[in-house]
Amino acid sequence: MSRKPHVRKQYWNEAEMGLWERSYLPEILRGLFITGGVFMRNMAKWMTGRKGALTTYYPEETRWDYAAANRGKHVLTRRPDGSPQCIACNMCATVCPAKVIEIEAGFDPADTAHPKFPVRFEIDYSRCVFCGLCVEACPEDAIRMAKEVPDLPSADRRTMWLAKEELLQWQPQGDVAKPYPPAPPGAGKADRS
Amino acid sequence: MIADLVIALVFIGYAISVLMGFGTILTWVERKQAAVMSDRIGANRAYIRIPGTKVKLVWWGLFHGMADGLKMLLKEDFKPRTYDWYAYAVAPWVVFTPVLLVFAVIPFGGALTPAKLWAPLAGFFGEKSWPMQIATLDAGILIVFAFSGLTIIGAMLAGWSSSNKFSLLGALRAGSQMISYELVLALTVLGLILIFGTVNLDTIVRMQSGTVLGFLPAWGIVYQPFAAILFLTAAIAENKRIPFDLPEAESELIAGYFTEYSAMKMGLFMFAEFIEIAIVGALFTTLFLGGYNLPFMTDAGFAFPGGGTVAMPHGAVVVTQLAVFLLKVFIVCSFQILIRWTLPRFRYDQVLMFAWKFMFPLALANLCVTALAVWALRA
Repeated sequence: MSRKPHVRKQYWNEAEMGLWERSYLPEILRGLFITGGVFMRNMAKWMTGRKGALTTYYPEETRWDYAAANRGKHVLTRRPDGSPQCIACNMCATVCPAKVIEIEAGFDPADTAHPKFPVRFEIDYSRCVFCGLCVEACPEDAIRMAKEVPDLPSADRRTMWLAKEELLQWQPQGDVAKPYPPAPPGAGKADRS
Repeated sequence: MIADLVIALVFIGYAISVLMGFGTILTWVERKQAAVMSDRIGANRAYIRIPGTKVKLVWWGLFHGMADGLKMLLKEDFKPRTYDWYAYAVAPWVVFTPVLLVFAVIPFGGALTPAKLWAPLAGFFGEKSWPMQIATLDAGILIVFAFSGLTIIGAMLAGWSSSNKFSLLGALRAGSQMISYELVLALTVLGLILIFGTVNLDTIVRMQSGTVLGFLPAWGIVYQPFAAILFLTAAIAENKRIPFDLPEAESELIAGYFTEYSAMKMGLFMFAEFIEIAIVGALFTTLFLGGYNLPFMTDAGFAFPGGGTVAMPHGAVVVTQLAVFLLKVFIVCSFQILIRWTLPRFRYDQVLMFAWKFMFPLALANLCVTALAVWALRA
């Protein structure tokens, strides 16, 4: 059986090279001028104290142009009296695909509307996938995602946890979906911040 | 006699520190230049913290070379169970040593007269003057080719002895490629040898200190511009760098002939490659860019074609010549890195075809034209 000779396939957009391109050296020089030009331009920028690259030095610099809807880091909203709006129902922890949310619930009999509250609320950012499902699962609008990213780069994954104290640092306290009714006068409140 | 020895030791120390310095700096230059060429920032994470403070010295990533060296020294030196451990162990040194030896015949400065540098030195050195070159050999260029040919043996040894098909393929590629391009390299230099009538590198550099047509510096690149391009191309191929890096093509052969090497043995191969960039730069500078000569500069100072002269003390002349040589070498090295980060890789059959069917005839033609011209001008 004789083998058919190999016929190279012809493409409709086959590159056509004239004598100029085929002689190789001029095209190489053109390429060298392009890369050299980029080098010179960027170098001039570096020399005059500007940045010759678009790259952000990540841990030292953060980007200013995060989208408003960027899922950066979690925040816990608060009621007008400053207590976390979370009722420790564990729905976010249940829906979390990466299983990074850990909640320890506490019981406050004095607060009749919301007797359950989180004693500990911790998120492991070394495993978080920033999907935002916890925000969607929350019945109380207690957890949201801010556009800023957590400033956690580290060589040790055990330092990448954020606890309730940091998560509650979100400033606009008036912007909560369910304003809590004012506490009945005289009702004692447990310390639960 | 003792004075000769002292001078030789000083020169050897200078040459080795220059080569090691270039080898270390070029790793950084290559990264940084590639980054700047492609709109990136480049290596900038290694730092040294001043002890007891929080001040971190980054210095544009210069410490990455130190970090790499430390890593290579400290990581496991994996050895394959090979059938020829002796060849395996000796191969990196066979690659590394000739690269250092080539620099022995390259003149890195003009004449050095210690007595003129500082008067009290005359008591020890006398009025004698030494050319700034480790070995002033009449066989200059021949020594260069003899030593750079030795690195082929190292690459072949490394490939053969590591019992690995990738290494073997890489070694075969390295052998055939380097032998092919060595021929072209020698042929391109032959034109210069015809013009200057000597192979002594010191004499060649001295003959490049004048001017042509009254204003052009009499550098080799003015006499032989075509040979200069061929020489640089062949030298890059000889150094096995992109676009001719087929012996160590990562996408095909992992790391080629040093696949089985790890830790500092692999570091020696890498270091040899970077030093060879500097050697190619030094050779190109010596042969084609007038060595340590600035245009219109002599051992006494500047003499401009218009007739103006600027006299310089001996110390200033020596320092200028050393600095000019280093600067030229650095520029050629930087140009090689520019080429390395611009051009794509050849296919392997194209590499050999390029050597034998394109560069070899061109080098021969260049040699013939040069010979005819030299003959016509002498007659």
